[in-house]
Amino acid sequence: MAMYNDKVMDLFMNPQNVGEIENADGVGTYGSPVCGDMMKMSLKIENNVIVDAKFKTFGCGSAIASSSMATEMIIGKTIDEALNITNKDVLKELGGLPGPKIHCSVLSEQAIKAAIYDYAQKHGLEFEGLKDYDPNASEDDHLHEHDEEDGE
Amino acid sequence: MQKVYLDYSATTPVKKEVLDEMIPYFTEKFGNPSSLYEIGADSKEAITKARGQVAGLIGAGEKEIIFTSCGSESDNWALIGTAEAKKDKGNHIITTAIEHHAVLHTCKYLEKHGFEVTYLGVDEDGRINLSELEAAITDKTILISIMFINNEMGAIQPIKEAAAIAKKHGIWFHTDAVQALGNVEIDVKELGVDMMSMSAHKIYGPKGIGAMYLRKGVVLPGFIHGGAQEFKKRAGTESVPNIVGFGKAAELAKENLSEHIARLSELRDYFIKEVTTKIPDVDVNGGMKYRHPGNVNLTFNFIEGESLLILLDMKGICISTGSACSSASLVPSHVLSALGVPVEKIHGSLRFSIGDFTTKEDLDYTVENLIEIVAKLRTISSVSSEKGW
Ligand SMILES: Cc1ncc(COP(=O)(O)O)c(C=O)c1O
Repeated sequence: MAMYNDKVMDLFMNPQNVGEIENADGVGTYGSPVCGDMMKMSLKIENNVIVDAKFKTFGCGSAIASSSMATEMIIGKTIDEALNITNKDVLKELGGLPGPKIHCSVLSEQAIKAAIYDYAQKHGLEFEGLKDYDPNASEDDHLHEHDEEDGE
Repeated sequence: MQKVYLDYSATTPVKKEVLDEMIPYFTEKFGNPSSLYEIGADSKEAITKARGQVAGLIGAGEKEIIFTSCGSESDNWALIGTAEAKKDKGNHIITTAIEHHAVLHTCKYLEKHGFEVTYLGVDEDGRINLSELEAAITDKTILISIMFINNEMGAIQPIKEAAAIAKKHGIWFHTDAVQALGNVEIDVKELGVDMMSMSAHKIYGPKGIGAMYLRKGVVLPGFIHGGAQEFKKRAGTESVPNIVGFGKAAELAKENLSEHIARLSELRDYFIKEVTTKIPDVDVNGGMKYRHPGNVNLTFNFIEGESLLILLDMKGICISTGSACSSASLVPSHVLSALGVPVEKIHGSLRFSIGDFTTKEDLDYTVENLIEIVAKLRTISSVSSEKGW
């Protein structure tokens, strides 16, 4: 499909870190099937470092590729480093997404935050990067471009 | 790689017999039909022949067929022309919520210009309710426009009954028959319609040529102004090769109609049975009783349609989605919404449309790949039948 670059296609065809971590230290979901994409991220955290991350995603090719990329980007990072990752960083690593698909990168950024938020809640921790985090914000609050449909 | 085309509702390939007839009209028989010398007259004659072929497919008189540039133009013309012709009588139009955008967006345009439009809903089979239609009529109603067959889920509407209601109330009746042409029996006299939109590229003819059936006696103001072509009803030098192609395609469609319908329906039912028995959690959208013979619209629960579409494309299988993240769009299909399909299920819906070159082997290959791809995407998905949506 010409709409995605090779990197995105490769990650979509062969996503890394698919699954759910048993007894995860932090679990977060973002999006909903109604919006067309939902990512669930689970983390294993040791000494403030993300030692493992897995995802499950309902969504289009770029949502799956973004999820896979996000897990790769955070494994080995400290929590503070992971919280600094923005959707722009994910986009950059992916080599870009078509305009209407940019919200897929937001999905992965928000899923990382949701999983770390869960970890912080469970352990009574506070992180600088979660200061403005609103666990109840919906996808529409972040970014969703609605185009008109066309076709035959 | 094997190539399987299952998107005949989007467009069809031009049949060889059709192309062969068209070719000479690009080169040696290039004359303008309005010119008086021989090659001009040849072109004119070719148009007359094609008009007869299209008329023959739908039981119309020859002078009741006006060639246009496409199905969308015919739809625009029917609606805007009627609005203009009948504006002294009223400003109300009745249509359905599941029309093609060529109708829906034209209605939106007319709404901006003072017209009021009622959009009839449909039942779970995708069909309108006739008493609702009749109840929607007011003394300001000037047009009822109801599509013959829906392009996404294939529902066939009760056109004859709807047209009879229109007639009883003295209201013009238009139908968008772009998907119906060549896929169901159409006899405009028996149906009692006043206007009908058609397009060649859905019946193995070329793209960029359409037609309007305009019942004798229906005086619709012109839409494209200029020369005296098409009985002074549609200006513009005729696209002779395309018109010739449309004519031939219509002739073939007529010859093959019953065989075409029987063959497609059988393949369609086979495909639905295969998919729904071999893959769990698949819904069929729309009813089976009144359905386009080649239309299959399925929801693969717990996965998203575009990811499925792309992985099928990698296997050489061409289909389309009615889903959110589809092609250039993020808006879920208005047609499946009108059917009452929940949004999350619309995201996982795909349309497979079967046509004359589809074989059973194509369908088996598609089912095989579907089994694998659906399973793969379901292992990635964050929703599942166990956990629910
Ligand atoms: C139901 C319906 N109406 C109208 C059209 C528009 O026809 P065209 O592509 O010739 O403009 C299409 C398909 O393209 C269609 O499926």
